[in-house]
Amino acid sequence: MTRMDDLAELLKTLCPMFLLVDQNGHILRVGPTLQKLRPDCVMEGQSFLDIFEMVRPRTVTTIPALMAMAGANLHLRFHDEPRTALKGLVAPLPGGEGAVINLSFGISILDAVRDYALTSADFSGTDLAIELLYLVEAKSAAMDASRSLNLRLQGAMLAAEEQAYTDTLTGVKNRRAMDSLLGQMIASNAPFAVMHIDLDYFKSVNDRLGHAAGDFVLQQAARIMIEETRDDDTVARIGGDEFVVIFQGLSNTDRLSAIADRLIERLNQPMRFQDKDCRISASIGTALSTHFDSPRAEDVLQASDLALYQAKREGRSCHRLYSTLLKAQS
Amino acid sequence: MHGLINRAIQSFVCATYGRPCWQRVTDSAGLGFSEFEAMLTYDDAITTSLLDALSTELARPRPEIMEDVGTYLVSHPNTEALRRLLRFGGVTYVEFLHSLDDLADRVRLAVSDLSLPVLELQELSQTEFQLICGPGLPGYASAMVGVLRAMADDYGALVMLSHEGQQGEAEVISILLVESAFAEGRQFDLGARGA
Repeated sequence: MTRMDDLAELLKTLCPMFLLVDQNGHILRVGPTLQKLRPDCVMEGQSFLDIFEMVRPRTVTTIPALMAMAGANLHLRFHDEPRTALKGLVAPLPGGEGAVINLSFGISILDAVRDYALTSADFSGTDLAIELLYLVEAKSAAMDASRSLNLRLQGAMLAAEEQAYTDTLTGVKNRRAMDSLLGQMIASNAPFAVMHIDLDYFKSVNDRLGHAAGDFVLQQAARIMIEETRDDDTVARIGGDEFVVIFQGLSNTDRLSAIADRLIERLNQPMRFQDKDCRISASIGTALSTHFDSPRAEDVLQASDLALYQAKREGRSCHRLYSTLLKAQS
Repeated sequence: MHGLINRAIQSFVCATYGRPCWQRVTDSAGLGFSEFEAMLTYDDAITTSLLDALSTELARPRPEIMEDVGTYLVSHPNTEALRRLLRFGGVTYVEFLHSLDDLADRVRLAVSDLSLPVLELQELSQTEFQLICGPGLPGYASAMVGVLRAMADDYGALVMLSHEGQQGEAEVISILLVESAFAEGRQFDLGARGA
């Protein structure tokens, strides 16, 4: 028995989570750290497989099978709670007298130090456990700092988008850009025309063919508007399927009507999206700043909206001028 | 200069002297901003003018301020994570002192682009040590004096420290361990991560 005691003394220093078992798998000695995990359980005298459950390989259910696993990686856990996962290694003693089974925590060490209040004295000096714990904490702290930076950057990005003048879906200007431009033109007293374009049947494309098709149609419509207007003009998407074109210094209604007709004609062409035809059309209302003695942005917009409404009422897919509306009323 | 270092100075000033003081310092340093990001890198000149402005504002010499920064980093609840990381260095104060040899490498393990000067502990006797602080980060040795003092409290050790000044390129700190278990010290629970 002294030989076992000497061996146990040696193992205590080298690997404090060892077990010494006899050839029948009965526990003879237990390392101090392993015993600390089950302070109320007298392991000595019990069978190894009564305390520990083999997780991998599953086929090992008997002591002879366990003894035959010398040198292999074993995955075990306690039968009772907390069922801490353990890694194991069996080293048979010479002469078939039994074996040393060394256990370690593996990745479960993070929970284990908390569950069992382990300290660095519970690990052998060459064990990397403390370094692993250090690294986990250091990396978590660094990761937290990075995460908080990311959150702030994301907030800044959202704020920047909020202030941006571009409609991200179509690449044309947005309502904020339109408001700003109208304000500038009113302030500088420059004449301009506002064309209010509403896509007909857009909702039906969205409903029948999905949002991807709807987005595609909006992008194509925006592209057509850019192509059919001058570089100085401004195309803005101001609502789901609502666009506004601002024509700077243009108040010739014939030219505006020609542009509107051309837009309607092109927007009426089916758009091909993933082998399906998306059919829309456009209703357009146009108003000139020169209709008003001292124009305000909302007056001109409202006038173009009235003309648009008239176009819709008269069967869609057509263009109406606010000036015609005025004449009809008078 | 790594953002973590600038951020440490910011955190120290705000916690010790208050936010308005920090605002005055960043204004007079002409930074144009007052929030350092821990995970970004800043021009070295920014840190220099920041410390100069701080020294003027507080009417205290830079080494003294850096020593306080070091103490703050270990002892203030704001930076508890750092104290824990340092405590991983050893079970006793002497073990901790020896672990300083690896500090620069340990730091790089966690934050790969933060390179701190090399530290080397020389053991003159069982109670007398010298810590050689390599060059590369002005004020680092002064900050280390503060760290060593606060960590001694943390371990419950009684030490006498003195900054011996330059020795070639390096700076030297003398450490005299009067008593290793002078007071109770603070708890270090391995599993108290993030608590």
